[in-house]
Amino acid sequence: MLIQDTKAGYGLLTRLMHWIMAVGIVAMFVLGLWMVTLSYYSPYYQTAPDIHRSVGILLLILLVVRFAWRLANPKPDDSELSPLERAVSPVVHWGFYLLLLALMVSGYLISSSDGRPVEVFNWFSVPSVIHEKGLEEPAGTVHEILAYVTIAVAALHSAAALKHHFIDRNRILARMWSGPPSGT
Amino acid sequence: MKVVRTKLGCTKIGAVSLALLAAALAAAAPATADDYVIDTARAHASINFRIKHLGFSWLTGRFDNFAGTFSFDEANPAASKVKVEIDTDSVNTNHGERDKHLRGKDFLDTAKFPKATFESTSVVVNGDKATITGNLTLHGVTKEIVIEADRVGGGDDPWGGYRQGFTGTTRLPLKDFDINFDLGPASKEVELTLNIEGVRQ
Repeated sequence: MLIQDTKAGYGLLTRLMHWIMAVGIVAMFVLGLWMVTLSYYSPYYQTAPDIHRSVGILLLILLVVRFAWRLANPKPDDSELSPLERAVSPVVHWGFYLLLLALMVSGYLISSSDGRPVEVFNWFSVPSVIHEKGLEEPAGTVHEILAYVTIAVAALHSAAALKHHFIDRNRILARMWSGPPSGT
Repeated sequence: MKVVRTKLGCTKIGAVSLALLAAALAAAAPATADDYVIDTARAHASINFRIKHLGFSWLTGRFDNFAGTFSFDEANPAASKVKVEIDTDSVNTNHGERDKHLRGKDFLDTAKFPKATFESTSVVVNGDKATITGNLTLHGVTKEIVIEADRVGGGDDPWGGYRQGFTGTTRLPLKDFDINFDLGPASKEVELTLNIEGVRQ
């Protein structure tokens, strides 16, 4: 099984990172919505945000690795797409990286703008880079808005993938799931 | 002193002339002798609060931004008045995530209620102590509260000004101000301490 991407399809690493992030981002959205509703005496009042922050930093690291991996690898052949889809696809994909970066950085700023580091489980901590009193407020607003935007874009992205699979009957979804067709 | 002038003025001249006279007096003597501006400009004043955490310890915080004035006459301290306006979004407990939570809908809802105000209605003096009654508007709710105040000191400062300083405390049940986030049975009330130094105008 090929680790790297080729013209024929996505390698193992790209597919792994894609699906880990897909599951991670949806789970983080649900966790984020839920954790802010917890009562003070809930046993999860501290652990839920701890997990949200930790997973967020790991997803940020994964996003950077994935972006570098994308740049370092050839893009699989898109010739079965329509000309319009070929034009829009890179805008959506690069936009997605930018959106996720802004989402994750804004979340990091909520927790670190008072000077405190962000603890990632008990493995390591990310120091505060921007120490600015009150920054948690605009960062929080941005984080919330971008979270909804991300889920909306992800839903469109999923709908488009399903359209490719069930209506156009091409391999766009399959190549992200099972990689290049065998024998290529 | 302002009140006395007004009463004299009313008997002699009409309201318009009175307004002109008041303006002329104000121009001649920029302010009456007993009006003070709370020295937030150089931060010789603070509004601090504390609340029990789980019943185990005191959590302290403050409001960084506020402004206010008071009038004080040593000869007649019972005629004193105080007015303070607080920017609720300046709440500061030295923890960004907590401050964000305090600004939100569970507590101060600062987007909807950006100001808290206190205006005294009566002052009862007992030596260097006073009981200040007044209306506090917080979280959109106006309630009468009582502040137990001490006069700390007053007199000429080294830079040509004249100052008076007070400290006052009060206790606010959170539910009185429609703040209903449950912090536990030991944390139903917040203690507010106001350290106020005014510069005479």
